[in-house]
Amino acid sequence: MKCRKCGGPAAVNMRQHRLALCGEHFTEWFISRTERVIEQYGMFAPEDRVLVAVSGGKDSLALWDVLLRLGYDVEALYINLGIAGQHYSEESKARVEQFASEGRGAGFQVVDVKQTYGRSVPELARERRGREMCSLCGLVKRHIMNRVTYEGGFAAVATGHNLDDEAAVLFANVLRWQTGYLARQAPVLPSTHPRLARKAKPFSRFYERDTAAYAILQGIDYIYEECPHSRGATTILYKELLNRLETRSRGAKQQFYLSFLKTRHEEGLFSGPREELDLGECENCGQPTTAPGLCAFCRLWGMS
Amino acid sequence: MIKVVYRGKAWELKAGMTARAAIKKVGLDPESVLVVRDGELVTDDTILKDGDEVRLIAVISGGAENCFHRKRYPER
Ligand code: SF4
Ligand SMILES: [Zn+2]
Ligand SMILES: [Zn+2]
Repeated sequence: MKCRKCGGPAAVNMRQHRLALCGEHFTEWFISRTERVIEQYGMFAPEDRVLVAVSGGKDSLALWDVLLRLGYDVEALYINLGIAGQHYSEESKARVEQFASEGRGAGFQVVDVKQTYGRSVPELARERRGREMCSLCGLVKRHIMNRVTYEGGFAAVATGHNLDDEAAVLFANVLRWQTGYLARQAPVLPSTHPRLARKAKPFSRFYERDTAAYAILQGIDYIYEECPHSRGATTILYKELLNRLETRSRGAKQQFYLSFLKTRHEEGLFSGPREELDLGECENCGQPTTAPGLCAFCRLWGMS
Repeated sequence: MIKVVYRGKAWELKAGMTARAAIKKVGLDPESVLVVRDGELVTDDTILKDGDEVRLIAVISGGAENCFHRKRYPER
């Protein structure tokens, strides 16, 4: 297969776009497409300061790389969850440090959950049996991202979610007809409270294999292993199912996700009257909460 | 013969097939892996010649910042 631009041997074939490109032209295409998506959805502006949430995985390191190359004013945030299994947290942190040391002008900060709050995510989960690790982990990450975005005065937090991530979540939400989630899932989530960060997903138009190809082509040393707690996660099963569909029918994943966004917008799906949630503010951290007193995050630490 | 390597496993296959055919042969989904030969990313229509060694790279992952609302299947 040949590169459509230069006729040299192609490195990446994007069947969903009927487009094959060599390494150099794919890199160019990938970067400029990211920029177009950021502009198209008004995710953030060139003068904005943006926080990019990095895990050491391919998507977030690739996103950090692209945003730096595009000249955005970005700083990365690495949250050390303290996942000891297979040294996951330490290994992934090492990838972030390595990326930052390679002279790309990349600055980052680390929030170490155990050092900051007293317990790591697995320690918390052990204490509160019955609450499953991933839901605790999600709660902790969301809280910290919101806090750092607010305290650092960032205009938005950008995450490396790709189209496969979005399609898998959409699939999960459709299977259960979770209309509340279906109403909100989007490439950019506006901030609805000063302490809730605006969230942007500049890679939400890319297939996962294309973000992986970008990371490999740039020689980014990312963490290849999964978090050990992700074994058996439904999101992974859904991704596999959607990939089987894609193999049979090119563009199926893209169509599933993009026509959802389009139809919801044009036909006003899932936009019926939503009860106005009465959001109070947490007495401890000030983040919005539906419960009186402390928010779910602050309640975690008070419980022991 | 050609050699296919994936997550610490290796297979020997007949030369002359495409990378895509080799991926299917070892029971993987072509959409879920990338193909690297001699350190270079190649497209899966590449014909694998005698002596070629290719590494398959899984693309499905959830970097930790990406996993929200993730529920597990009840293990029974
Ligand atoms: S798999 Fe679960 S525990 Fe691991 S990083 Fe993702 S949400 Fe956290
Ligand atoms: Zn080219
Ligand atoms: Zn709170």
